[in-house]
Amino acid sequence: MPDSVSAAADELYYRMWLVRYFDEKVDEMFAKGMIHGTTHLCVGQEATAIGGCAVLRDEDKITSTHRGHGHCIGKGADVNRMMAELMGRATGYCKGKGGSMHIADVERGNLGANGIVGGGIPLAVGAALTSKMMKQNYVVLCYFGDGASNEGSFHEAVNLASIWSLPVVFLCENNQYGMSGSVKEMMHIEHIADRAAAYGIPGVVADGNDLLEVIRVTDEAVARARRGDGPTLIEAKTYRWKGHSKSDGRKYRTREEEAEWKAKDPILRFGSTLLASGACTQDDLDRLQQRARADIEAAVQFALDSPMPDIATLEEDVFA
Amino acid sequence: MRQMTYQEAVREAMSQLMREDERVFLMGEDIGIYGGAFGVSRGMIEEFGPERIRNTPISEAAITGAAVGAALTGMRPIMELQFSDFVTIAMDQLVNQAAKLRYMYGGKASVPMVVRAPGGSGTGAAAQHSQSLEAWLAHVPGLKVVQPATAYDAKGLLRAAVEDNNPVIFYEHKLLYGTKSEVPEEPYTIPIGKGDIKRAGRDVTVVATSIMVHKALHAAEVLEKDGISVEVVDPRTLVPLDTELILNSVKKTSRVVVVYEAVKRGGYGAEIVSTIVESDAFDYLDAPVVRLGGKEIPIPQNPELEKHAVPQVDDIVTAIRKMMRKA
Ligand SMILES: Cc1ncc(C[n+]2csc(CCOP(=O)(O)OP(=O)(O)O)c2C)c(N)n1
Repeated sequence: MPDSVSAAADELYYRMWLVRYFDEKVDEMFAKGMIHGTTHLCVGQEATAIGGCAVLRDEDKITSTHRGHGHCIGKGADVNRMMAELMGRATGYCKGKGGSMHIADVERGNLGANGIVGGGIPLAVGAALTSKMMKQNYVVLCYFGDGASNEGSFHEAVNLASIWSLPVVFLCENNQYGMSGSVKEMMHIEHIADRAAAYGIPGVVADGNDLLEVIRVTDEAVARARRGDGPTLIEAKTYRWKGHSKSDGRKYRTREEEAEWKAKDPILRFGSTLLASGACTQDDLDRLQQRARADIEAAVQFALDSPMPDIATLEEDVFA
Repeated sequence: MRQMTYQEAVREAMSQLMREDERVFLMGEDIGIYGGAFGVSRGMIEEFGPERIRNTPISEAAITGAAVGAALTGMRPIMELQFSDFVTIAMDQLVNQAAKLRYMYGGKASVPMVVRAPGGSGTGAAAQHSQSLEAWLAHVPGLKVVQPATAYDAKGLLRAAVEDNNPVIFYEHKLLYGTKSEVPEEPYTIPIGKGDIKRAGRDVTVVATSIMVHKALHAAEVLEKDGISVEVVDPRTLVPLDTELILNSVKKTSRVVVVYEAVKRGGYGAEIVSTIVESDAFDYLDAPVVRLGGKEIPIPQNPELEKHAVPQVDDIVTAIRKMMRKA
């Protein structure tokens, strides 16, 4: 295990559980009618969320997707304010106006979740352009899904980033489905990373359930971007355990396939690595897991105790 | 007669049309085994198969452009834009291609396609999944725009839209999918461009579209107790607009309130008001015309804020009471 990971192992393991418990809690709260609207859960995709962000510096930025709770936590967001946002509270990241699909934590470099599939990809390119033009030397990590890679915005944005050699890393979380459309039906290539060739940039296929591998490939791509050598397209193969959103009977895939992927749980896998390397004891791991669970319970309480936004705020913030 | 939901009515219209005409087919994201984001095409793939219930990648521009191309060459595609908000991605194909090709070609081709687009707020899906963008589309010469408010209207208007030789935007409202009305089993057509008096009244005309028709009807019930008789006119189609129906109603009642969910500024309500003011119905008006529309904000997620973003029954009631007092 790399030294940098050993040093941060506790934090990474804890954050993966934080993502898992956050989304499981949200699932439960939706079922109970405690949250209005819609949500997209990233249970099973904790390694890409936490691993990708793990190599970033504070000043680096990310763009996220409609399935963005994990990315948000990865970039260091406060789960209290996230939960408050989902519950439409005034203390939420977007004062109750954004909800699950639109959480942004701009202070920490999270330029926001996005309800439009592929909508964040050109934004990432623009943010990278700022970095280059203003010589700020930050890197932008752009998360998107396999489905998004079929949108024109993906192709146009990657091309632009490539010809301008921008410091952006395109991290595709290939969780095998865009809603009900499987990658096997919706594209005629085996690897999304192969699309990099069309734009003359490196394409890398990674095991998206292996935290260490996600960290390794993202680190390389970020270093390349920071050196001024331009973008990389990473495809991390993973799986979303839950349905697309709250009302999904998952008829488009089999329970066997789901079980196969659940057996490759990225959190348990990283836990075993930590034990094997001697970096942590089982006690340590249990403690971190418990801490994450307790923090999510506290976040729910924080949200419940928070006020609803005043109706007077309805027309605020349209213009700067 | 049997009752049916709006969602079922759209599905029945599509199924009947597909049985009759092999040129009719469906195209869109998740419309196959998933049945569409709102379940409108549920079960159709079992009957018609994946060739005619065509699941697409998430590629709104390509789907729309492909529908234009297929329509130009003899098919009659019905495409679903999963949420009407995604029309933004398809805008070039709709505005620069679909709407203009016939005219540019000197009438030598036509584009008989239907774009089904679920719109509107009330589900908590927030700013990028709750818009009502029909005014944009109504602005473009060459596009027809339909906004059915009931299951009955949806079934008849969808048939008319598919039979029409032009691109038709079929704007559905997400909160209407579960609403029921009487719907005949046999196929029928409601002509595009023909509005409907949803409730007859003497004192004031409310011109309302889509979900606002139901809110206006509710408001009319409340006002009836005050002795105010409200006529609710549903244009059903924005382009072309049944001006005669609206003007006749205004001449009868002498007062008019126009209600729509889309943002008030630049909305289609302004068009309706101008049509009234520019006509001889103007002489009949006993009070200034009132427009109620959505606030000039994106739709927020919090349910209370969300409700306040668009006109509600109370807003309609208040506006009419005020108007009646002044007059
Ligand atoms: C432009 C656009 N089209 C369609 C949708 C509806 N939608 C939301 S998420 C989604 C699937 C996206 O798949 P993918 O990019 O693979 O991300 P995943 O959900 O798998 O994380 C779809 C079709 C949308 N939000 N925006």
